[in-house]
Amino acid sequence: MSEPATQAPLLELDAVDTYYGQIHILQSLSLSIRAGELVCLLGGNASGKSTTLKTILGIVRPRNGAVRIDGEDVTKRATSYRIGRGLAIVPENRRLFAPMTVLENLEMGAYLRGGPSKEDFARVYDLFPLLHDRRSQLAGTLSGGEQQMVAMGRALMSRPKLLLMDEPSMGLAPILVERNFEIIKQVHESGVAMLIVEQNANVSLSIADRGYVLSTGRLVLEGPAADLRENEELRKAYLGR
Amino acid sequence: MSDSTPTGSSTPAGGPAVGQDEWVARHAAARVFKSGPLASAEDRLRQVPWWAWLVLFLALFSLLPLVESSGYVRRVAFDTVLYMLLALGLNIVVGWGGLLDLGYVAFYGVGAYAYAILDSPKFGIHLPSLLVVPLVVIIGAIVGLLLGLPSRRLTGDYLAIVTLFFLQLFQTLTTNGDSAFGHNITGGPNGILNVDPFHVLGHDLAVQHQGVFAVAYLYVALGIFALVYIALRFVNRSRTGRAWRSLREDPLAAEAMGMPVSWLKLMSFSFGAAVAALTGTVFAALNASVFPLSFYFVLLIIIYTMVILGGSGSQPGVVLGAIVVSPALELLREPSKGRLLFYIVLIGGLLLMFRFSRRLGLVAGATFVLGLVLHVLASAHDHRWVAGEHAGGFAGVVGHWVVVPSHLASWIAPTTYIGLIAAVLLLTLVSGWLRLVLLVPTLYLAAFVWENVMLAKPEPARYIILGLILISLMVLRPNGLLGERRVEIV
Repeated sequence: MSEPATQAPLLELDAVDTYYGQIHILQSLSLSIRAGELVCLLGGNASGKSTTLKTILGIVRPRNGAVRIDGEDVTKRATSYRIGRGLAIVPENRRLFAPMTVLENLEMGAYLRGGPSKEDFARVYDLFPLLHDRRSQLAGTLSGGEQQMVAMGRALMSRPKLLLMDEPSMGLAPILVERNFEIIKQVHESGVAMLIVEQNANVSLSIADRGYVLSTGRLVLEGPAADLRENEELRKAYLGR
Repeated sequence: MSDSTPTGSSTPAGGPAVGQDEWVARHAAARVFKSGPLASAEDRLRQVPWWAWLVLFLALFSLLPLVESSGYVRRVAFDTVLYMLLALGLNIVVGWGGLLDLGYVAFYGVGAYAYAILDSPKFGIHLPSLLVVPLVVIIGAIVGLLLGLPSRRLTGDYLAIVTLFFLQLFQTLTTNGDSAFGHNITGGPNGILNVDPFHVLGHDLAVQHQGVFAVAYLYVALGIFALVYIALRFVNRSRTGRAWRSLREDPLAAEAMGMPVSWLKLMSFSFGAAVAALTGTVFAALNASVFPLSFYFVLLIIIYTMVILGGSGSQPGVVLGAIVVSPALELLREPSKGRLLFYIVLIGGLLLMFRFSRRLGLVAGATFVLGLVLHVLASAHDHRWVAGEHAGGFAGVVGHWVVVPSHLASWIAPTTYIGLIAAVLLLTLVSGWLRLVLLVPTLYLAAFVWENVMLAKPEPARYIILGLILISLMVLRPNGLLGERRVEIV
C-alpha cells in the first residue's frame, strides 16, 4: 500500500456527491482501488453502500465529483461503457435470470464482448467445477450457494479487472457465508481486484487488504484491514465485541 | 442446449465442491425425472427436434384443402394462419421482451393500409408484390421503432397506456384520413377498396377460384408463416434473443451486465411491428379492402388470448394458442357446435381439476343424477317445462337431462345467469367437501344457463366461453399450454 502511485488507480471516486432528489446521500466521498487489491466497503443500513455502487456503475450520476476507471473520467458515461472498461458486478441477492439455464446465465455475462469464448467458460468452470455439471439446469432451481457461484461466474465471464460484490453474505447460512468468502478469496488470487460491499465486517476484513467504513454517506474510517480490525469504534459498531 | 438433463450424482471425489449443497445434489435426480408411461412418452416426445414438428405441422396443414373442399373451412384455416403469424409477432414483444404492448394491432393495420395504398387504384400505384411486401415490412419496423422511441423508458402500466393511445391514434387517423389537409388518404370509415391481390412476375394470385376460396392464399400464408417461424427461432436463440429474455426477467441485472436496455426494447417493438405489418399485407391482399374497424380492441384481445393461452414466450405455444382459439371462435358461431364445445370444456375442466380420481366419479355421477331427477320432477309437474326445442343427436341427449322449458319467464334468464356467477364465486371461497357438494348444483346450473340463456344469444356467448376457457386454463396452468416454466428465485 505504501508504494508510490506510478499508475492511476483501477477505480477512483473523487469527492463524489450523489443526491436522490433533494436528499444528499454521498457526501464528498473519495475512494480508490488499485489493480489486484481486495478492498471492502463497510457500513450499516442506509449508510450509502448501495448508492456508492450505483454511482460507480453509473446507474445514478453524481452531482459533483468524478468517477475514474484507469484514470479515465467516466462520470458522464453509460453503464454499458463502464462495464466495457473492465467493471463487473455480482448484484445483491444475486439476481440471476431464473428461467434461463446456468449456461445461458454465464453467456449473458459476456454480452458486451459479443459472446463468450471457450477460454472464458474454462476459466469459470475451473473455479467452480460444479457449474459445469449444472450447466443445463435452470438457474432458479439451484440452491443459494450454487446461485452465488453462478452470479460470480456470470460476472467473471466479462473478464473484469475489478469485480464489485454487493452484500455477498446476504441471505446465506453462516457456513455458506464462509464458503462464499473462500470463493471470493480464490477469485481474488486469480488476479481480479475486488470491492466488497458488506455489512458483515468480521468476515470481509479477514480477507481484505484495505477497508473503508461508511456512515450516513461519509467515510468515517479507512485503512489497512488489520488496523480496522483492531479499531475500537469499529469493534463496537460492527463486530459486536 | 443439446446437453443431457443434469444428474444428481455429480459430487466430485474428495468431498463436495465449494458451495455444493448436498441436499440438492441428492434430490436433483428425484426432481428432474418423473416416472410412469405418460412421463416416458413425454420424454420421448421432447426428443423430437423442433424442425420435425414444424414439417409435420406444415404437412398436415397443407393437406387440409385436399380432404376438405368447403371454401368456408379453407377460409377459417387461412384466418388461423394469420392469427398464428400475429401471435408470433406479439410473442416477441410480450413473451420475449416482457413489454405490455396494447397498440400491437395498430401495426397490423399499418401494414394492411400501407399495402392498400401502394397497391390499389386509390392512388393508381400498383407495385409488384415482391417489392411492396418487403417495403411494408420495413415501414412497419420503422413505425415500431418510432413508437418505441418515446416509450423506451416506460415499463408496465405506463407503457400499456402509451401503446393503447397509439392504437386509438391509428383509429382516429384512419377514420378521419379522408380529409387530411384536403386530401383523401385512407378513405375514412369507407376504407380503401379494390386492393390488388398478390401479383408476382405478372401473374395475379386470384382470391377466388371457381367461386370458392382459392387455396393459393392458404399456401402463401403458410409459407410466410414457416419463414417467420424459422427466422424468429434463430432470433430467439441469438445473443439478442437471450438478452431479451434476461431483460424480461431482471432489467436491473441486465443493465448491470452492460446490456443496452433501451435499444433492446426498441428492437423487440420493431421486430413485433414488422411481423404484424407483414401479416397486414396478406390480410389486405386477400380481402381486397381495408377498413379502420378491422384493427381494433376485439382483435387485440383475441391475439392476447392466444399468446397467453398458448404460453407467452414459447413459439410453439402461441401457435398452438392460435390454433385452439381461432377455430373455437368460429365453432361457437353455430349453436350446435358451440354446445359440443361447451360440454367438452366443462368435462375437460373437471378432468384437469380432479384427474381420474374417485372425487371425479362422485361429482360427475351426482351431477348426472341431479339432472335426471330434476328433469323427471319438472316434467311431472308440467310438461311444458321440458318441452323446449329438442333436436336429434347430441342436443336430444342433453335435452333429456337439462330442463329446457318451451317458454322462459323473463326473470329466469338474468336470475340464473347472476346466480351462476355467484355460485362460481362461492366455489372459490369454500374448500374440501363443501366445495365438492356445491360443485354439483353449480355444474347443473351452468348447463341450464348455457342451454336456456347463452344459446339464445350466440354472439356474446362465444366471447364468454372464450373468457371461461382462458380463466380456467390460467388457474390450472398459469404458464399457458406450452409456456416456459417460470422459476422464482427464493
